[in-house]
Amino acid sequence: MTLTPLGDSAVVLALGAGMDELALPRVRAVAAALASDPIVGVVDIVPAFASVTVFYAPARIGSYAQLCAAVTDRAARAEAGVVAQPERRIEIPVCYDGEFGADLGDVAARNGLTFARVIELHTSAEYRVQAVGFAPGFAYLGGLPEKIHTPRRATPRTGVPAGTVGIGGAQTGVYPLATPGGWNLIGRTPLKMFDATRAEPALLRFGDRVTFRAIGAGEFAAWK
Amino acid sequence: MEVIVHRAGMLTTVQDLGRSGHRAAGVPLAGAMDPFALRVANLLVGNPENAPALEFTLRGPELEFSADTIVALGGGDFGAGAPWQPIEVAAGMRLKFANAKTGCRGYLAIAGGFEIARVLGSASTYARAALGGHEGRALRDGDVLHAPGLDRHVVGRWHIDERILPSYSLRPTVRVVRGAQGGEFGEEFFAAAFSVSPKSDRMGMRLTGPALARTSTAELVSRTVVPGTIQVPPDGQPIVLMADAQTIGGYPQIAHVTCVDLPLVAQLRPGDTLRFREVPLAEAHELTIARERRLGMLHEGLSQKLR
Repeated sequence: MTLTPLGDSAVVLALGAGMDELALPRVRAVAAALASDPIVGVVDIVPAFASVTVFYAPARIGSYAQLCAAVTDRAARAEAGVVAQPERRIEIPVCYDGEFGADLGDVAARNGLTFARVIELHTSAEYRVQAVGFAPGFAYLGGLPEKIHTPRRATPRTGVPAGTVGIGGAQTGVYPLATPGGWNLIGRTPLKMFDATRAEPALLRFGDRVTFRAIGAGEFAAWK
Repeated sequence: MEVIVHRAGMLTTVQDLGRSGHRAAGVPLAGAMDPFALRVANLLVGNPENAPALEFTLRGPELEFSADTIVALGGGDFGAGAPWQPIEVAAGMRLKFANAKTGCRGYLAIAGGFEIARVLGSASTYARAALGGHEGRALRDGDVLHAPGLDRHVVGRWHIDERILPSYSLRPTVRVVRGAQGGEFGEEFFAAAFSVSPKSDRMGMRLTGPALARTSTAELVSRTVVPGTIQVPPDGQPIVLMADAQTIGGYPQIAHVTCVDLPLVAQLRPGDTLRFREVPLAEAHELTIARERRLGMLHEGLSQKLR
């Protein structure tokens, strides 16, 4: 457990190295402990990968040493009593047909697979949300089967529609908003990954278990 | 009352102090690029410091006010009135902001604040996701904003002590604290001057200067970032992340601009130059605490200056 400053208004508590997935339950427990026993001056708590970042207002924390002690204290207590917290399982329907899966052919060809096998591999795996960030509601998903790892496209597209499911290197994910993007497009979900009018705007949360389910164009249209 | 936007200017948005508390959902802070200027402008018209105000960029708007009220300007000088003091406006009056004479971003606060629906707790505009502000976007010619139309008046003649303002400059030396990968870069970062690229925006100030070479080849995992984080992409040209920055970034973090000096960066225009100087974290905290104390005193002092 190490604390590293992130500028003069945030501090990162590392519970493992890099993307260490084994740290995930501990990261969840520590983030939950920090949220349930608030520290004066703390304005935001962000679990991501193997760490928790604590954002604070420098003039309201007493001293930095006090803040670090309070964070360490809650982390230690959480670690001592890590209880398996209820995990959410979220299924994301995806239509892999036609233009939605514009790059499915490239993913298949590059890995020597059929279209059907790519979809089968993509829908058979269980993914973990390792972080939400980069864009509102964008989840970094770990667990993409190696057989369908595919490098990003040489030339990013200028516009990728919201809901597009892509593969970029060893990662898969869903574009929550229409943005430019360099991932290979393999499908599209009718779900809204981010909606500011919902009580919880992002569909996915840190630590969620995620699966994809193939749906046809008819079911896709019916969701709308 | 209404505030009619006859000309919107180059990039005029409704901002407050941002949307804190939603980073775990990937929602950027947004809010004023120069939060200090927005806070002081709000205090000068008797508002809470987080009230919705306008931020304009390089070329300001032309605004008409439908009722008597007071406004205050902060940040860059756009030639429509003296900054850092309340201005009484009469019904039918127009304020015409021109090109910025100093700075890059100007702020207009209005008594009572602009009436803007809060999205995730904030009125700030995050245009990339069409969140908050006026219809989730920058203002356009012909837009109409609403304000409570408080008929406040300025009591007596007075000035705020300008020593409380950040030391805005065309060539500032900006205080930074070390980043997690700070030790993996040479000394050029602190020796050289960097110039602001025209490709800068509310997400980040892109700098050009000597290419900064990272000595380590260790692979980096994406990690959290804050406004002020200075990332170094593979081309070696640093980017200072600003208000609309994403919440997670993958590039090495050489340093972070201190909270007190971020307004100096926000007010730079394309072509302006800056240098960096490292300060210990404890000093950065002391600077923020001292600034908050001065703002608190300003707030108290102003309570007798408006009625």
